[in-house]
Amino acid sequence: MLAYLARRITYALIMVVLVSFVGFLIIDLPPGDFLTQKLAELQSRGDRSAELRIAEYRARYGLDKPLLTRYWIWATHFITGDFGESFQYERPVSDLLSQRLMMTAVLAIATLAITWLVAIPIGVYSAVHQYSLGDQIFTTISFIGLGMPGFLLALIILFFAAVILKQDIGGLFSRQYQDAPWSIGKVIDLLKHLWIPALIGSVTGAAGLIRIMRGNLLDTLGQPFVEAARARGLPNRTVVWKHAVRVAINPLIVILGSEALPSIIGGNALVAMVLNLPTTGPLFVQALQTQDMYLAGTGLVFYTIFLLIGNLLADLALAWADPRIRLG
Amino acid sequence: MSEPLVEVKNLKVRFDVREGIIKAVDGATFTVHYGQTLGVIGESGCGKSVTARAILNMVPKPGKVVGGEILYHRRRPSENGSEVTEIVNILDLDPDGEEIRQIRGGEIAMIFQEPMSSLTPVYTAGAHITEAVTLHRLLPIRKVGDQMAETIQAHRRVSKQEAKEIAIEMLRRVGIPNPRERVDAYPHQLSGGQRQRVMIAIALSCQPDMLIADEPTTALDVSIEAQILDLMRELQEETNMAIMFITHNLGVVAEMAQEIVVMYLGNIVERASVVDIFYNPKHPYTRALLESIPRFGKGRRQRLTSIKGMVPDPFHLPSGCLFHPRCPHFMPGKCDRIEPKWTQVGDNHWVRCLLYEKE
Ligand SMILES: Nc1ncnc2c1ncn2[C@@H]1O[C@H](COP(=O)(O)OP(=O)(O)OP(=O)(O)O)[C@@H](O)[C@H]1O
Ligand SMILES: [Mg+2]
Repeated sequence: MLAYLARRITYALIMVVLVSFVGFLIIDLPPGDFLTQKLAELQSRGDRSAELRIAEYRARYGLDKPLLTRYWIWATHFITGDFGESFQYERPVSDLLSQRLMMTAVLAIATLAITWLVAIPIGVYSAVHQYSLGDQIFTTISFIGLGMPGFLLALIILFFAAVILKQDIGGLFSRQYQDAPWSIGKVIDLLKHLWIPALIGSVTGAAGLIRIMRGNLLDTLGQPFVEAARARGLPNRTVVWKHAVRVAINPLIVILGSEALPSIIGGNALVAMVLNLPTTGPLFVQALQTQDMYLAGTGLVFYTIFLLIGNLLADLALAWADPRIRLG
Repeated sequence: MSEPLVEVKNLKVRFDVREGIIKAVDGATFTVHYGQTLGVIGESGCGKSVTARAILNMVPKPGKVVGGEILYHRRRPSENGSEVTEIVNILDLDPDGEEIRQIRGGEIAMIFQEPMSSLTPVYTAGAHITEAVTLHRLLPIRKVGDQMAETIQAHRRVSKQEAKEIAIEMLRRVGIPNPRERVDAYPHQLSGGQRQRVMIAIALSCQPDMLIADEPTTALDVSIEAQILDLMRELQEETNMAIMFITHNLGVVAEMAQEIVVMYLGNIVERASVVDIFYNPKHPYTRALLESIPRFGKGRRQRLTSIKGMVPDPFHLPSGCLFHPRCPHFMPGKCDRIEPKWTQVGDNHWVRCLLYEKE
């Protein structure tokens, strides 16, 4: 087990180095990059101080040195938490991220919680009562949820929230709480806003998860060990949850791991942009559009790191949950 | 003959599938007695496993019990400490209800045909046994200094630690080497034979009144098979347990059973003592089955006789006697028209065949 862990971590580290290099290339390669653009722009205006600042950047990131050296400088800075500067915002990338990371994580966790808390019980119900009216209804709904484009769904939910519930949509806080310090009122205000993007973000995932859970559990319920458990006199509840669901849910752990952590950093960018949420998703999308290199590269590297950690945790969780993998 | 434990009367089970209706069991009647072993034999698909499941009121999904009754003579301790027998029709019980759940596993235990996949893969062998034991087994509470007249029996559930000890002991009895360690083994760490022995240990750990063993030793090699059969007999003597022993192996059933029922296409065609079945078989199907076992002393080059013809398609069952298309004693105009009834041909020897029916 320890050897396995060591091997996995080594691979993950190698992956991070490779991806960080790609991330760096993104930052470094574009010929018409932000820096030169800005320089040209400032020079044409004859702004001397800006030119000085840019010279400072050049020195700091060794822009005149060879590629590998530049990578080394960037990477060592990265490790110490200096991710460079966003040209767009003219602020350190680390500031921008730390400002938004917390809300992104809150939203991601809320989305995941809704997805799983809704999908797992419905999937189990559908499988246990296969072909019942309830199953048919849930099946129909989940297919609609899977098939409907995300933006349409977002619009419907927004319409419902704005027109019928008379809710203030967009953003995560009402105006009066925007810059207020944390208080009970602010938390409640957050929850009032949070459910809309969380719901929109969870529908597609939940619909898919319902299908997977139902299918897995149906397979499992047909296995001899389920019948054997029932023949031992266990109540239906125990047979279904302790024996069947416990086995059927294992493959879903992998899905959780590979989605959960990356979504904490990336979030659902589309929904976040539509709703104007203060999360990292829109930040990264914008960075890619405007060639804000340090921000974009940092986003990519972080996303990869979270994905790798998520996968590693998922595999560990799976090994913990399934003795066939742990001991096999 | 000792007291009856389960009386199956005219049991009918059907499966409604897309292609039509399968009459998996069509009028099975037999009795299992306390302390005795009933052997059930017949070709694959004749309804042995479905009958066994019906006794636990758990016929699988498209299947439905459409007739008959299963009377369980349930022995329970009464108020004044003695035992009373109440008769329960198992088919009348709610299939998820409290009463049938007490019976399943606790009073009538079953060992299934598929040993490889009958254990939940994420739980250890010991966990399976302790789960069953803590559910069903009660220990008497001894009260020190109680009056002699005290007859009310108090019981308590088995504790976790005791359950684990029982699990280890059961694994030892079914011949799992090193049971104190193997009790923590997961199913995938056990061989097929060991898994089957764990299944047997689970079933026997609750000291049931009746054990339904559906081909319990097919996955085992001969020496372990003998050991398991010995164990079953030993426990049977200890606890007066009844066994319903389902098998293809006529040699094993001859060794284990006192009484045998022979099934063909959902029907029981003959029932008799083991001696009568083996030395004085009446039904042509029983005879054909017996002839199909290789026997010591037969010429080596002589071919094994197998039963003539094919098992008919379950959706197009023959009219009259179901066996008539394959029967060497087929009487045209009779066997294909008339359904044979039960005929007594000896002491406790019954057969359903027109050869023995008097006009
Ligand atoms: N779940 C099911 N769905 C449809 N038909 C079934 C089902 N289970 C059993 N049957 C049918 O019921 C009949 C009896 O099956 P059963 O399993 O009792 O046979 P068996 O005597 O135990 O055979 P074997 O010796 O192979 O175990 C068969 O024709 C089978 O096709
Ligand atoms: Mg069978």
